[in-house]
Amino acid sequence: MKARVEISLRPGVLDPEAQTIERSLASLGFDGVGHVRRLKVIELDLAHRDRAAAEKAVAAMCEQLLANPVIESYSIDIDD
Amino acid sequence: MRAAVITFPGSNCDRDLAVAMERCFDKPVARIWHQDTDLPPLDLIGIPGGFSFGDYLRCGAIAARSPVMREVARQAGRGVAVLGICNGFQVLTEAGLLPGALLRNSGLGFVCRTVAMQVATASSPFTGSFAADAPIALPVAHHDGNYQIDEDGLKRLEDEDRVAFRYLENPNGSMAGIAGVLSERRNVLGMMPHPERAIEPLLGGSDGLPLFRSLMGALA
Repeated sequence: MKARVEISLRPGVLDPEAQTIERSLASLGFDGVGHVRRLKVIELDLAHRDRAAAEKAVAAMCEQLLANPVIESYSIDIDD
Repeated sequence: MRAAVITFPGSNCDRDLAVAMERCFDKPVARIWHQDTDLPPLDLIGIPGGFSFGDYLRCGAIAARSPVMREVARQAGRGVAVLGICNGFQVLTEAGLLPGALLRNSGLGFVCRTVAMQVATASSPFTGSFAADAPIALPVAHHDGNYQIDEDGLKRLEDEDRVAFRYLENPNGSMAGIAGVLSERRNVLGMMPHPERAIEPLLGGSDGLPLFRSLMGALA
């Protein structure tokens, strides 16, 4: 089973890197670009056979290591 | 005074911190590897600056989950003083021993210079020897020192007098100019500036000395 975890900064947490990317796009002439966000993607192979168990395990991984719940939120996709 | 400094792969201020402690405490300082789980009886644990585990995932994230940190958390819970400097501060927030998080500097640049700051509280084992509100100058050297915390958390820090140091000139965008924070029990301090690099006038200043003297007075 494969898992894909998307980690993003929580709304309201300032992301100066995303802001810089947005400004750089504007300076290249790409008008009308807004709300640029930078996300982190982590992909995993899992030995689990049960989808629900896999999802639960990956959620625990996110809480304990993959994401910092103080500043980040995450979403999990399981692909079997 | 029984003090130890922990070394992770990628720590680079561990020796400086141990030297500063040895000079100020006049006692040998134990050096602990991140995989050790058996700590000797201690009064003070130092988590040094550097780039533990190459800053992979998030600064301090991997180090915060290394075997030694479980023991550090246990000792902190028993009241042992823990001092995290720079990457050590990041490790302590990642380990949940201090609130908030340290994000990329607002200007995106690595800031490496001496910065003016204020000792915001003299009421802690780390800051008792400073004059309260005294302006001091300490070196900073970091890319991710932008301290962020939610509104309630910030209010709590302020209400409980847990901001230890505050920048007079904010180099990184930290909320409320916060340069260092204390735990609820005031026995854990995380700070981005480097007091261990400011113990010798020949090397640019000695404003870091009172921090080690405070610890000597409070713990020895």
